[in-house]
Amino acid sequence: MRLAVEGPNGPREAYAYTGGKRFDAGLPAIVFVHGAMHDHSVWTLLARWFAHHGHAVLAPDLPGHAQSAGAPLESIESIATWLLALLDAAGVDEAAFVGHSMGSLIVLEAVSRAPARAQRLVMVGTAYPMAVSPALLEAGEHDPFAAIDSVNALSHSTLAGKPSYPGPGMWLHGANRTLMRRLQMAQREANLFLTDFQVCDRYRGGLDAAARVACPTTLVLGASDQMTGPKHTAAIAAALRARIVTLPSGHSPMTEAPDALLAAVREALAPAR
Amino acid sequence: MPGYANPGFDTLALHAGAAPDPATGARAVPIHLTTSFVFESSEHAASLFNMERSGHVYSRISNPTNAVLEERVAALEGGSGAIATASGQAALHLAIATIAGAGSHVVASSALYGGSHNLLHYTLARFGIATSFVKPGDFSAWRAAIRPETKLLFGETLGNPGLDVLDIPTVAAIAHENDLPLLVDSTFTTPWLMKPFEHGADLLYHSATKFLSGHGTVIGGVLVDSGRFDWDAATAKSGRFTELTRPYEGFHDMVFSEESTVGAFLLRARREGLRDFGASMSPHTAWLILQGLETLPLRMARHVENARKVVAFLASHDGVASVGYPELETHPDHALAKRLLPRGCGSVFSFDLRGSRAQGRAFIEALKLFSHLANVGDCRSLVIHPASTTHFRMDDAALARAGIGPGTIRLSIGLEDPDDLLDDLKRALKAAARA
Repeated sequence: MRLAVEGPNGPREAYAYTGGKRFDAGLPAIVFVHGAMHDHSVWTLLARWFAHHGHAVLAPDLPGHAQSAGAPLESIESIATWLLALLDAAGVDEAAFVGHSMGSLIVLEAVSRAPARAQRLVMVGTAYPMAVSPALLEAGEHDPFAAIDSVNALSHSTLAGKPSYPGPGMWLHGANRTLMRRLQMAQREANLFLTDFQVCDRYRGGLDAAARVACPTTLVLGASDQMTGPKHTAAIAAALRARIVTLPSGHSPMTEAPDALLAAVREALAPAR
Repeated sequence: MPGYANPGFDTLALHAGAAPDPATGARAVPIHLTTSFVFESSEHAASLFNMERSGHVYSRISNPTNAVLEERVAALEGGSGAIATASGQAALHLAIATIAGAGSHVVASSALYGGSHNLLHYTLARFGIATSFVKPGDFSAWRAAIRPETKLLFGETLGNPGLDVLDIPTVAAIAHENDLPLLVDSTFTTPWLMKPFEHGADLLYHSATKFLSGHGTVIGGVLVDSGRFDWDAATAKSGRFTELTRPYEGFHDMVFSEESTVGAFLLRARREGLRDFGASMSPHTAWLILQGLETLPLRMARHVENARKVVAFLASHDGVASVGYPELETHPDHALAKRLLPRGCGSVFSFDLRGSRAQGRAFIEALKLFSHLANVGDCRSLVIHPASTTHFRMDDAALARAGIGPGTIRLSIGLEDPDDLLDDLKRALKAAARA
C-alpha cells in the first residue's frame, strides 16, 4: 500500500506491506517497524499471520529504505514523528507497535509521544542505549560493504536457521547480506549504513520515553544476540516494567526463529486477563 | 576494520544449512524420506499453506534434507537461496518457466550443452518461448538480439564444446542495461573455481550430477538466486516481470516481490514451478549430493591439478593436433580465463587427435582406466568421442560447424593417480597412431 505521509517539507510517498490482505483501518491495527539496513520484508511471515487473523497490518519501509522515497531520516525522534504521521495517513487511531532493533527504538519513541494511541509495545532484538562501536561506524563511513559483512556475521547465531525464512531453501546469511547491499546501493542521497547506525548510536531519549509509555510492554530478546545483547536491556526493561521473553536466536528472531517469535508476539498482543 | 568474518568456503561446504538434528542428535544430515509432514493443528496447516509460517508440507515442494542442500549451495555461491531439482535440465526449465511464457524470448550463448540447446531450440519453442543464439564473445550480437519480449540472457561459464569462457561481467552489464537478468550454467566450474554472482550474474544453476555430487551416482540440479535483481524496478521500466511483481491468482494473489525483496524469484519458482511441474529432487539424492559437496574444495583442487598434467602431456604429444583448454595461451579465451578463473578451468576439455574417425574410435577402445560414457564431472576419469557417439549422424562438414573434428575427444579428468592417467593415454595414442 502506498501512502502520502505528511512531513515538515510536505507529503512524502511511503510504502507499507499489509500482510497480503487489503488494509482495513477498522480492524485492530499492528504496525511492524524494521531495523537498520532492512525493509518490510523481514516481517512478512508475522505480518501475513496477523493480517489473516483479524488484524489490520502495516509494515512500512522506513524513509529512504527500499520502496519508501527519499533520503533516510537522521534521528529516532524524526522517524517516530514520521511513523505517527504514517498511521494518520492510513487512518489508524490506535495500534500495537512492534519494532526490531533500530525499529524497537522508533516504536518506543513513537509510543512515548502518543501513549493514548498505543495498545501494546513489543521491542524485538533491542537494547538501550544502542551503542555502536566506533570501529563499525568508521567502517560504515569508509567501506559500508565491509561493514555490512561484519554486521551480517554478528546478526546470526547459526549456519542452519530452520525452517528458514520466508521459506525452506533460503540461506539466511546470504539473503540478509544481499538485502543490506541492495538497500545500500539503492540509496543515492546518503550513506544508508552510516545513517542508520548513527541513528541507533545517537539516541539518548530512551529512558525518558519509557517513562511516558503507558501500555503493556514486552521485550523479545535473542539468547545469542551479539548485536543487542540481552544484558544491555536491564535499565530499559525496568523503566518500561516490561515482560521479557528470550528466544533461541541471534539478533534476528524474525528469520532465525519465526515460529517462536510469532508465539511471543501473539502472547504480547493478547487481551489482558 | 577489526571484526568478525563470515565463514569461509571450506567451512560452508561442511556446515552451511545443517546442525545436529534436534530430535536425535544425529551429526550427519538425516535423510528425510517422507512424502509429507504432520500438521500440529488445522490452524497450523492453514498458515503453512498461506505462507504465514515457514515449514514443510509435501516433499515435492520442500523437504528438510533438500533444504540443507539448497542452503549449502546458495552459501557456497554467495546467493540468497536455492531450489533443488530433479536434474540440471529441470533447473534450467524452472529458471526460464518462472519468468517466461508463451510469447517470451531468451537470448542464449550458442556454446551450450546439447541438452540445453535442445530444450531452448526445440522444446520451449513448441511452448511459445523463442530463443536467439549468439556467439558468447560477440557482444554486439547479444545486444542486437534483445527484444521487448526478452526475459533473460543465458550462457555457460565454460561453454560446450570448446570451453568458451563467458565474459560474465560484460554480458551481465548488457543484461542490466536492458533491465534483464543473466542466468548462467555453472556446472563445469562449480563455486570453487568461480562464483558467477561476484561477476554480475543474477541466477545460476548446476547439474549437480557432475562435480557437486562428484561420484557419478545420482541425477540432480540446483537453481540458485543471487537475490540482487530488482524485479520491481525492471517491471516499472519495461513491464516484463509481472509474474513476480503483480498478484498471482494461482497462489492467494501473492505478489512475490512484496513478500520477499531478495527471494521473490525463488518463492514463485517453488510455489508454482515445483508445485505444478513437479521436477523435484528425491531426499535420498539430496543426501548423496551433500556427501559430495562436503569434499568439493578438496576434489576440485585435485581435478584441476590432474587436468593440468594431462593437458601438458597432450599439448606436447605429436599425435595431438590441438588441446582446447583455456589455461593454454593458444586458447582464444586465455586472457579472460586468467581473469575470471584464476583457480583453474576445471577438468573437462576436448583435444583433437591427428587422424580420422576410425583413429578416434581406436583411441577410445584402447583406454583402460578412462571410462567411455556420456557424463562429466565424475571422480573417475571419463572419455567420449563425439564423432562416433553423440554426433555420429553428422558428416565432417556438419561436425566442423559444431566445432567438432573427426578426431575430437572429450575428457573429464578424475581423481586417479595422474601417472596412471598419462600411461593410459600414452597407450591409447599409440593405438590410434597404428589404426
